Formats: sequence, structure tokens, C-alpha cells
Amino acid sequence: MKYWQYLARRLAGGVVSLIGLSIIIFIVSRILPGNPARMALGAMASEEQVQELTREMGLTQPLWQQYLGYMQGLLTGDLGRSLETKRAVSVDIVEYLPATLELITVSILLTIVIGIPLGVIAAQNKDGWIDHATRLIAFFSVSVPGFFIGILFQLIFGYLLDWFPITGRLSSRFSGEITQYTGFFLLDTLASGDILAHLNVWHHILLPALALSMAGMGQVMRLTRSSMIDVKNQDYVEAERGYGLPDWLVTYKYTLKNAFIPTLTVLGLLYASLLGNAFLIELVFSWPGLARYGITAVINNDFNAVVGVTMTIGVAFVGINFLIDMLLGRVDPRIRLQIEEAT
Amino acid sequence: MSTSRANLLDRLVSEQRRELWARAWKRFRSRPMSVVGLIIIVLVTLSALFAPVIAPYPGHAGKYTDFGSTLESPSVDHPMGTDHVGRDVLSRVLFGYRLSLMLAVVVLGIGVPVGVLLGLVAGYYGGWTETVIMRITDTALALPPLVMALAITSALQPTLWNAMLAVAALWWTWHTRLVQSIVSSERNEEYVQAAKLAGASAPHIMFREILPNCLSPILVKVTLDAGFVILIGAGLSFIGVGVQPPQPGLGTMVSQGTGYLPDSWWFAIFPGLAIFVLVMGFNMLGDGLRDVFDVEVDR
Repeated sequence: MKYWQYLARRLAGGVVSLIGLSIIIFIVSRILPGNPARMALGAMASEEQVQELTREMGLTQPLWQQYLGYMQGLLTGDLGRSLETKRAVSVDIVEYLPATLELITVSILLTIVIGIPLGVIAAQNKDGWIDHATRLIAFFSVSVPGFFIGILFQLIFGYLLDWFPITGRLSSRFSGEITQYTGFFLLDTLASGDILAHLNVWHHILLPALALSMAGMGQVMRLTRSSMIDVKNQDYVEAERGYGLPDWLVTYKYTLKNAFIPTLTVLGLLYASLLGNAFLIELVFSWPGLARYGITAVINNDFNAVVGVTMTIGVAFVGINFLIDMLLGRVDPRIRLQIEEAT
Repeated sequence: MSTSRANLLDRLVSEQRRELWARAWKRFRSRPMSVVGLIIIVLVTLSALFAPVIAPYPGHAGKYTDFGSTLESPSVDHPMGTDHVGRDVLSRVLFGYRLSLMLAVVVLGIGVPVGVLLGLVAGYYGGWTETVIMRITDTALALPPLVMALAITSALQPTLWNAMLAVAALWWTWHTRLVQSIVSSERNEEYVQAAKLAGASAPHIMFREILPNCLSPILVKVTLDAGFVILIGAGLSFIGVGVQPPQPGLGTMVSQGTGYLPDSWWFAIFPGLAIFVLVMGFNMLGDGLRDVFDVEVDR
């Protein structure tokens, strides 16, 4: 099988998953006990109003027609109106998604700049105290509920040490000043040339991003460590040492490059799974992102919004995983070869 | 004669199996981490079972209020302090453990058998059966588990039982994947071919021949899963779609406690720590078991 065929097959698999997801969400939103129109209008509405909205929402059509209409909406980006915000769900998503993407991106960057060096150091000093510390952190990070890390960080770095603000994306004194070109505040503030506001955004994002990164941090450290140790014992590394190359060059250039491949896979999975944990972290830090919007929607039975958020996350999740597959094939010729040999 | 030989063979196999388990137990005991994990789980389970007896204020598990003693800091009377309506946090944590453990038991009790069965069928038969089953599992894995559970819960009333249903409805997929991957490599092994030639039925081969070889990875996965399920349940309760007040869900308590930070820190911190300790126990045990059986299982 050619590499591109492999990619095409992965892509098709992803699309099938998304169609499956849309069916599940559709079924879920239709088994709701009670009439969605009644729920939308509240108990005070008259019978005629309910009937009118029922017709308007297309709930009188047969189920398959409803599904087709719903799919058409999904594909054209028309997700209906949110009962909560009274705006089009797609408009809401465009507004809230950048905050979430910004948060998880900074979070994965923190995982990389903290997790990988610590993993390398742990491998260099196998069974030293840093090695043991990373093992402990790894255990800690998979056992602590995400929201609890957030609360602990707020308590320690917010209330106790007063180093970071504990809620929001930006101090109110800046909020009027910046133009939202992209919705990514880190970029918008730079584009406006407002360095103070830019730093203010960093100041706000670091704590929630760090809290969010904890879950995967341990995993990345341990994986980097074990693949560094695997690679370190290979002949070519021995040979480089024999040639008298300095230690740091062997470690950081030649060993890390190959040891990085398994870590890259995990980073991809992690990046996608952060979308899930963001639900908890955004709630704790009052982060005005998609996850918090989704939670409000779930609690208020705001179905159009729930469907919109779920499908957006599904697309992001499947999309990121596909990108990682693609990237891995580029970085590691062995994977490409394996795929080609597999047939 | 042939029956006696078959009996002998059976005896040999079962003896070998017993020896394998005995060796595993020995390896297990030599790992302090996994032993500590097991002790934590046993202690928590016992205290949850006997919560009505050992909790200092069993009445505080429910709708009790005592506005004379709200938000008291930890003391001898209330080792974990009291909450916003004057209930003993320790007592509520003990009862909260009951709900967490029940969640894990119900979700895994439904999810594991269903998942294993579908995995066996998919791996053994292959072809279309496999494609259909595995496509369905892929779909369930197209969202982070917490989001999926949240989406399913959104259509139902927010109760503990519905949260359990939602989590169970997607949990089988992991076990299907695990078992299917083992079975599809085992089905070409000689012992399976031999059983087929001997005329054994498909259920016999699946359950009696192949399944025993999947047991140790399943056991490891179930242990690690228990911690993960408890985390997801706590997350759902924290969001507000799981255990509802006045029931003492651990995640619910943390959520209520955040309103009283930083002054009354004990209200949110102790229930949070309680979740952490239990999940840590399962992870330590699972990690130890993974080494003992020498299997590769993802979280």
C-alpha cells in the first residue's frame, strides 16, 4: 500500500467515525424525555406557541427527514439557534473556539518545553533523584482529577502567592483596547502592537494552561525517558561517542531526534485529549471558551448548542489525529516503509 | 484411553496455569508499590462498605443542616472540618467513596463483559463482522470520553444513574479494542487450529481456548480503568451532571467547596484529595500488575 493510500484510508475512517458520531448525537438529542419545543419555551408558554415552534423546529417530520435536514445543517455550518444566547450556534462557536484552542495550544507547548527536557535529564541520570521525581510526577498527574489540579494551583499560585490572576483571559483595563482579528488574544495583542496587553494575556493563560498540561506532562516525561534509554544503547550512538563527539551533541542532536518519535505520537493524542480536560479547567478558571459554553448548553438542555459543540470537538479530535498520522509518516521513514510492506 | 489422556492433558494445563499464577503472586508481593495500591483499595472499600458504622456523623451524608456549625476548620470533632451547611466533611467523604466505587463497579460490570464478548466475536470471525464492530468502537472513540459522556448525559436527567449509563455506554469500546487485537493475532496460532480440527465449536474456542489468554491484559486494564472511570465520574459530578446535592458525591463536594475558597479550603480540598488517593491506589495496583504479567496495556 502506498503512503497516500494509507492516508486516504485513515481519512475515510475518520469521516466514517464522524458520520457515526453525528448519528449518535442525533439519536441522543431525539430521545430527550419531553418535547424540545416545550423545554425551549418554558412552562409558561401557551399550547399554540409550543405547536408553532414544534413545526418550526421540524419535529413533525419523519425521523429520517429530520436527520437529513440536520446533516444538511451540519455540512453548511447552519447549526440552528442557541436557546441560551439567542444567537446562531455557529456564531457562538466561532467566538468561543479560539479561546479554547489558545488554551490547549499553550498547554501542549508547556508540556513540550517542560516535559521533554525533564525526560532527557531523567534518562541521563537514571535512578537519580530527578528520575524518581519524574516517576512520582507521572503517577501524580494521572491520578489527580483535572479540576482539582486547577483548584490547587489557584489556591497556591493565586490566593497564597498572588503570582497569577485566577480567572479570565485579560484584565478589564485592556479588554476595550484590543481589536479581535483572530480571537486568539496572544496573536491579536501582538497584531495591535500592544506589548503590555500581550504580556497580560500570558499572565492570565499560564496558570490554567499549566494546570491543563499536568495530565499529560508525566506521560511525556516518562516516555521521553524510556525512548532515550532505548536509543542510547544503540550502536550508532556508541559509534558517535567513539568518534569523540561531545556528550551534549550526541544527546540532544542524535539521540533525542530518534527518541522523539514515540513522544510525537503521544503528543498528538494528548493535544486532542486536552479538548476533553479543557471542560474541567475552563470551568475552574472561568475561561470563556467552547468547553464552558458547552457545559452551559448541557445543563440548560440547549440542544443545538450541544450538537454544535460536540461535532466541533469531534472534527477537531479526528482532524488532529489525522494530522499526527501524516506527520509521523514524514518524520519517520520506517513507519512509511512498514505501511508499504504491510500489503 | 483417549479420555484418560485428555484428562491428563487437562490436568497438566491446569497445573501449569496454577504455577503461572503462583509465580505472578510472588512477583506481585515483591513490588511495594502495587502492594501499597492494593492496601489503599482494600482500606477504602472497607471504609465505604462500613461507612454507616465508622462515619462519625452518618446522618450528615444526606440533607442534614446545622447552621450553628457551618464552615468550621478541621478539629478533633471534625477532622476534615464542616461544610457550608454544617455537615461533617469526613463523614460525607466516606459516603462519597460508596458512590465512586459503585460507579466503577457498575460501569465496568456492564462495560467489560459486553466489550470482551464483542472483541472475541470481532477478532475470531474477522471479515464484515469485525469491520462493523470496530467501526462502531471507532465512533465512540471519536470524542474524548468526558465529552462523550457529557453529550449523552445532556439528553437525560442529571442523576448518578444516568451518568453511569452514559459512561458504561461508551466504556465497552476500549475492551473490545483490546480483546479484538489479541484475538486477531491468536486465531492463527496452532492451538486454535488444533481445536478447530478436533471439531470444537466456535464458542468453545472463543471462551475456553482464547479467552484464558486474554485474562491478564483484561485484568490490568480493568484495574487502571477503575481509576479512570472514577475520575470521569468525579468530573461529571463537578460539572453538575452527575451526583446531585444533597448526595455526597466527591466531585459534587469539590464543586460546592470552590465557592468557599480560599478561607474554607478544607471543604474543597479534602474531597479532592480523597478522589486522588483512591485513583492513585488503582493506578499503583494496575501498574504493578502490568509488570507482573508483563503485558502492554494502554490507559
